[in-house]
Order: sequence, then structure tokens, then C-alpha cells
Amino acid sequence: MSLVVDAELGAPIRGPSALTGDRRRFWNLTFTIARTEFKLRFYGSVLGYVWTVMRPLLMFGVLMVVYSLGKLGSGIKDYPVMLLSGIVLFTFFTEATAGAVGCVVARESFVRKIQFPRLAIPLSVVLTALFNLAVNFVPIIIFTALEGVRPRLSWLELPLIVLVLIFFAMGLAMLLSALYVRARDIAPIWDVVIQVLFYVSLLLIPIEKIGAHGRTLLHIWMLNPLADLMEQYRHAFIGSNAPRPPTTPYPGWHFGGSSAAAAIGGYAELAIPMALIVIVFVLGFVVFNRSAPHIADNL
Amino acid sequence: MHTLKERALHPLRRSGHHQFKALENVSFDVRDGEFFGVVGRNGSGKSTLLKCMAGIYATDRGNIWITGRMSPFIELGVGFNPDLAARDNVVLNGIMLGLSPREARARYDHVIEFAELEEFQELKLKNYSSGMHVRLAFSVAIQVDADVLLIDEVLAVGDASFQQKCFDVFNRLRDEGKTIVLVTHDMGAVSRFCHRAILLEKGEIVAEGDPEAVANDYLELNFNREGAAPATRAGGWRGSGAARIVDAWCESSDGAQTAMFRQGGELRFCARVEFLEAVDDPALTVEFENAEQVKVLVGSTAYDEERSGRFEAGEQATFSLEFTNVMAPGRYNVIATLSRLGHRLELIDRSDREVSIVVTATRAQGGVVDVPIRASIERGVEVAP
Repeated sequence: MSLVVDAELGAPIRGPSALTGDRRRFWNLTFTIARTEFKLRFYGSVLGYVWTVMRPLLMFGVLMVVYSLGKLGSGIKDYPVMLLSGIVLFTFFTEATAGAVGCVVARESFVRKIQFPRLAIPLSVVLTALFNLAVNFVPIIIFTALEGVRPRLSWLELPLIVLVLIFFAMGLAMLLSALYVRARDIAPIWDVVIQVLFYVSLLLIPIEKIGAHGRTLLHIWMLNPLADLMEQYRHAFIGSNAPRPPTTPYPGWHFGGSSAAAAIGGYAELAIPMALIVIVFVLGFVVFNRSAPHIADNL
Repeated sequence: MHTLKERALHPLRRSGHHQFKALENVSFDVRDGEFFGVVGRNGSGKSTLLKCMAGIYATDRGNIWITGRMSPFIELGVGFNPDLAARDNVVLNGIMLGLSPREARARYDHVIEFAELEEFQELKLKNYSSGMHVRLAFSVAIQVDADVLLIDEVLAVGDASFQQKCFDVFNRLRDEGKTIVLVTHDMGAVSRFCHRAILLEKGEIVAEGDPEAVANDYLELNFNREGAAPATRAGGWRGSGAARIVDAWCESSDGAQTAMFRQGGELRFCARVEFLEAVDDPALTVEFENAEQVKVLVGSTAYDEERSGRFEAGEQATFSLEFTNVMAPGRYNVIATLSRLGHRLELIDRSDREVSIVVTATRAQGGVVDVPIRASIERGVEVAP
């Protein structure tokens, strides 16, 4: 039986789905849930939003001390700015993905009680993380100004990079939240993955240290989409004005702040991690879309 | 099966689900402007049905069609957050129910007025009493203008005056020509509001149509399942022992032994007595005692026939008392006493609360008995000043 609007019977009730329904309602719901979450996050704390900013800053302080002792950032210009930006971007990624893992289960009362496009839930988590990201850009700007980094034309590239990061986080949020309903193992697994990603995404170990171990390692390293995004971000933000270390592993390759394409070995190679982002997004959407009608029964 | 470990350890186990059909072959139509009741026992599938209609559960087979905008009241106060004040919660809940943020904000004053919570607007929701919470939630829910409303048991909330307010709202909605589907256990509400109703049992429709009839079917179904044992007795002897009540039961006017009696119908109590000694003028008294142990009705064979004559040893007799059942709905214990009238009452035998019956009714007026009442209002003649 085809489900079309019937003159006599009216419109069919299709049951819950990921996306169908009123666009406005979908957006209203997503935005309202995200805004409420954001408002309530530091509810009852005296300093409120200050904590949103303080957490990455504190982490930054600790890491700066540790890594200046370990001389990881030595000889790299604007290492602090790069580290802080990296931490803030990675915090967004963590909040959006790890926060999405249990979100559908946590919102059980909505899922079982009202009809709405199910995608609103993981999307609202990403949106909340995005609000926090926006707040966290304030200290980055201040810090950048203090460090004396001059505005550059390539900064126009930054929103695009953040957009790709959001896209990647959204894909993972959909995938993880749908899988978690079926297998609760996703939560500990993702915790571990996030830990690993933190160390391999070039936010505290600069590309110079990895490049020093050879080109092949670097190319493999750069298959991680997050590493490419971080590197491209650095390239656009600070530029390749870093002084070149005395020993260049091979000619023609610029150390520090080189573009992601240069780091991975060319635009063709860069297509692999970029394709990975698209695949994750499509997979996430398909998985979420397929499980959406039965989320309420499976909870 | 919620973890990978379980899957890995039991790869052959077919993921532990057995199929449970919550609803099958359920087909009905609700017409425009109709107040439609869905009743059934716990687990009969009525809430599942409502959730399918609301689009919360997907149906495995079959279709549901609707004309107009629908608003489900499956649960009140979805999205309420205890840390927010009334205004934020009203807006939040309104958006959950399908309003736009602007609409939700515009309706706030009406909501708070209807809920009678003007003085508590600034209070955080966690400091509300549960009654205030429900009032607020209900008030938001009815502000959503929809053509079709799906209501699940929200009548069972709030204090008496607020409940009356809810009833008024339902009446108003019905008069406005809204289409309403109500899921409830309250048979009073069904017969009071509904135009039509269905009774679900084990996922299937077992009765459909007139709400009074459906309500009655529901009550019978409900009390029968409780295992209202055939209304007979065993043991529990007291008295002089000159005779024994060997059997006691209640039957309807057609002579069928049952434990279910509809209010307004005929009820006959019978007791078979075996005489062990010769007894002069025995009388049987029956008492119907309600759940509060109040004797609602007492009847005796002695009123009609004080001199019942002499019964010889070894003789058997059946005493019966028949009357129109006016007792309020509920469960009754039936106590039969065999006695002999002399210069003082001599107790021969007593069967104590072994027979119990259930009276069903769709319209209880609140007293211990319900008798047909002829009411009239006569306007006074106006007196000229």
C-alpha cells in the first residue's frame, strides 16, 4: 500500500523517522534543546560561562608547562597559539561526539512521549558544543592578539575548516548515538578512541616532531582527518612563517604550518582523509535513519 | 542484549527477543468531531495504540490516516526542566508540543492564568508541588490548538477542583468540534464524554460502539480476571449446629450463578440448608457488606414468612431472597445467617464472608446505593414587589 495523501482518509501517519516532518519544528526543537543544555550546563555555578572558557585554558596551561619542560614546542614559533586553538577545536570535537553517544538514551522521555524528527537529538548535542566553541574563540582571539600574530587573508579559510570539522563531528554523532542504542559498549570504546585521537591529531605533538621520523610515517599519520584539519587550521591561522629546522628530511618540503595537502604528500592523497569524513557522515546518516523508526521500541 | 560481550559469548542465541504482538487486527475509524474512548486492562495495548497514532511507534504492518493537525497528550510536561522557572518551561514544553517559540511565548499568560500559578511564576520548577507541576503541564498542553487530540490518562491528576476544570476543558473541546481520542480506565469519564468507544483485550478489539456498553464489558472483563471464584462457600461454621448452610450463592434473574452483577438488574441470593435436627420456623438472613465493611443491605426471609413451619432432621431446603440490585459498584461480601425466631433469636448457622460478588455500574452517584431518582425543578412564582 502506497503511503500518499488520500482525499478521504487524509494524510498517513508514518511513525517516527530521522528527518521527515516540518522543517521549522525540526529546527525549533534542535535549537531549543541545545540552548537549554547550554544554559543549564553551568547552572548553579557562580562563574557560569567563565568555566566554559576556563577549562580549555587550564588544560592549555598544564600542557604548556609539561611540554615546555619536555621541549616539545621548542623552536616552533607561535606554539602556544597553535596549542590553544588545537585544544579548543578538539574540545568541540569531544563534546560533540562523546556527548552524542548516550544522548538518545538520555532523552528517553522525549523519544517515548512525543513525535519529532529523531535527528534533532544528536544534532542538538553538536549545536551545544558549537555554542561552547563560539565562546571559546574569545580567549583565542585575545591570546592571538597578545602573542602578536597579525591578521592574515588566509583567516578567511578558518570558517571553512571549522565547517568541515562540524560536518565530521555530526557524522560521528549520528553514527555513535544510533549504535549506542543497540550496544552500550560504544561509550567505553569511544572514550578510548578520543584519548588516542587527542595524541595523534597534531594538537600537542607538532607536525615537526613527526616529520622528523620520515615521510612515510607522516603520510600515514595524516590519514587521520583530524590531523589534516588541525594542520590546515594552523597553516591558515599562523602560516608557514615558522623557522625551518636545520635538517630538512627531504628537499621541497616545508616544515611547520605547511598545508595539509603538503603534509600528506599532495592533493590526491588529501582526498583520502576528506573522503573518510564524507563516508563517516553518509554512514552515520544511513545508520541513524534506519534505526530511527525503532529507537522508541529499543530503548 | 545490550553489550558486545553478550553477543560474542552467545553468538547463536537469536538475540533474546521473542516477538510480542502488542496489537493485531485493530481497525477502527474515528469520525470528525467525535469523542472516542479507548479502554482496556493494563497491558491490553491501548497505550501502544495511542503511541502508534501519535507517530511515536512505527507500525510493523498496517496504516493510520489522519486529517488535520494532531496533538498528543501522552505525557504531561515533556521537556520540563526542574532548574528552570515557569516561563522557560512553558516555552520549552510548548515547542516540544509543536508550537513555534513565538507562539509559545505569546501563550504564556494564558497558560499561567489557567494553571492559577500567577504567584509562583518566578519559582523554579523543582520547588513546585507535584500538583502545581501537573497544573502547569496540563495548561500548556491544552493551549496547543489542534484538530485532533490524543489523550492518555491525564484525567487522573490534580486535586478535585482542577480535575473539574479538566473536565470542563474536555467538554469545551468536544463542543468546539475537536476530535478527541481518550485512553482511560475511568469508566465514568467514558460514559460521560465519549460518543463511541472500543475495548481492547490482548491487542484486539473485543467491543466497539456505545460507550455505556463498552464500559460495562470492561468492568466485567476486569473483575472476571481477578478470579472472582464462583460465588460458593466452604467451611466456616458457627452456631447451634441444628442445621448447616451447605451451599450459598448468588444468581442473576435467569438463574445463572455468577459473581458479577450489573447495577439495576435482579439479584437472587440462595442458600441450601441441611437440617440435622428438627427445627421450627427457621429464617435466613443475608447481609451485603461493602469493602468498608458497612452493611449496605440486609434482607431476611422472616419478613415475608415469619412462620416458616417445621423442618425435620435430614430434610434439605433452599432459601432464596430476590431483589433489584441498587448497590453502588464495588465488591461485596455476602454473609448468610440461619436462625430461629423464638422469644429470642437463636443462631443456628452462619456462613461468614465466603461469598463475594462484584457490582458493576457505569454511573455511580457516590452513595452506597444508587436508586432511580426522579428529579425536577420547579421555578417559584415571581412575587411582585
